[in-house]
Amino acid sequence: MEGLRLVAKGAEADLWLDPDWNGVRALLKRRGEKKYRNPALDREIRRSRTIREASIIHRAKEAGVPTPVIYQVDLESATIVMEFVDGDRVRDIVDSLEENERRSLFRLIGVMAGRLHGAGIVHGDLTTSNIIRTPDRIVFIDFGLSEVSRETEKRGVDLNLMQRMLTSTHFRHTGELFAAFQEGYRSALGAEAGEALERMEEIARRGRYVERE
Amino acid sequence: MAASERLICIGIESTADNLGVGVAASDGAILANEVSTHVPEEGGIHPREAARHHSEQMGNVISRALETVDIKAQEIGLVAFSQGPGLGPCLRTGATAARALSAYLRVPLVGVNHCVAHIEIGRLATGLQDPLTLYVSGGNTIVTGFEAGRYRVFGETLDIAVGNCLDTFAREAGLPYPGGPAVEKLALEGERLIPLPYVVKGMDLSFSGLLTAAVQELKGGDSSLEDICYSLQEVAYCMLGEVTERALAHTKKGELLLTGGVAANRRLRSIIASIAEEHRAVAEFVPIRLATDNGAMIAWTGVIAYLSGVRTPIEASHIDSRWRLDAVEVPWRA
Repeated sequence: MEGLRLVAKGAEADLWLDPDWNGVRALLKRRGEKKYRNPALDREIRRSRTIREASIIHRAKEAGVPTPVIYQVDLESATIVMEFVDGDRVRDIVDSLEENERRSLFRLIGVMAGRLHGAGIVHGDLTTSNIIRTPDRIVFIDFGLSEVSRETEKRGVDLNLMQRMLTSTHFRHTGELFAAFQEGYRSALGAEAGEALERMEEIARRGRYVERE
Repeated sequence: MAASERLICIGIESTADNLGVGVAASDGAILANEVSTHVPEEGGIHPREAARHHSEQMGNVISRALETVDIKAQEIGLVAFSQGPGLGPCLRTGATAARALSAYLRVPLVGVNHCVAHIEIGRLATGLQDPLTLYVSGGNTIVTGFEAGRYRVFGETLDIAVGNCLDTFAREAGLPYPGGPAVEKLALEGERLIPLPYVVKGMDLSFSGLLTAAVQELKGGDSSLEDICYSLQEVAYCMLGEVTERALAHTKKGELLLTGGVAANRRLRSIIASIAEEHRAVAEFVPIRLATDNGAMIAWTGVIAYLSGVRTPIEASHIDSRWRLDAVEVPWRA
């Protein structure tokens, strides 16, 4: 891929920056083949995740959650061409923020997560690596594992992952950040929020580190 | 004991079907590693039956371990035991023996977290310093790495362990015990990939639906057993590969450690090696005698924990069958 610059090599996909994709700066997200996977399984996983990601990115926008604009989808190479969002991953900036800023950021993240769930979308990989902060907004990215679902269980799994991320990576501010997140989440999702948060707690308890047959 | 002296520790492992007694020294030498496995006559592990096996074999296995190294009981400076997580009755058998041994020898007692021990013996055996670890066994499926004083859990199974999935399937298929190797052998002759549920949720996994679907295919489908074994393995191990790769990309660690009983599987090893290569990380596999549940890992972890100040007085030596890996402080790596 000439003229392109590899900006990130993820576990699932590589991100390439095209400075001039038909006149605009674009990000190409390509789900590369995994050598270790059976080819049929590999093709199916890459293809289905590309379709799902593209359609859910669109659906999230309709729900009022900023996501990158999609320019093109190519299933053969499992590539989505989309808007390049210039900003910082929340994961990388959490520790450098002031307390107030940190709180309002996580409240906003909570609101957006609530909107997603309210629109019947579960993100599937709701971590601070997948939220980008720009000067004027936050943008949710990587909907590769997202699903259209209103199941409390799946919402709970989303919340559980966010909470675990805060515990494992942002351990210095876990409680404070999650409280702000929860507040935003409740305000956006309303009555259904409590149920999802309860399920999150239950899922955390279920996580089994138990030797049993 | 003077600080310069070599500390010798006897470790007892009894979380599940293996009763293990190992002896390790503070210089990193594994002096003994004896195991006695409870094999159920039918079905899976019954905790009480396994515990009975452990208590009946305890004396034998301890004697065997001490005879191997030809040391006198008086040379032992520390007793370690696996305090959890695991099957309650089995854990209690090991804890009881450890308390008795510690009182009899008049040496300190250290309770060790079973999952931590798997990681520590893996680091000792492979020489890796700070690996991302995939720990896969009959009871556990965990992706973990050290961050700020603890082994943090990046991904884990939301229901059954991958080894449990393979073992249960093998049992349903009438394959000999243990199930994993039997499935692996048949999988080599399979070639058709049957669609089975591939369930990855972020960095977490679920194997119960995969097991159910594979068993249904076995009972009602027209696929060959070889093809089902092949598909079951492909899906299960690719799921593990995916979460491991994701955690590796997330933590940016340069080392990858594969351990637990399922680490013996060649297909899983090739997947892990391929991922490491892709991300320019070093992959190491823990030798099988130290990768399955064993006493040496408990003894070794007991030594390093003790030397960094960890003590388990008798009144705090009750077992915890649900003791989480990320609840354990790891001062020896601080």
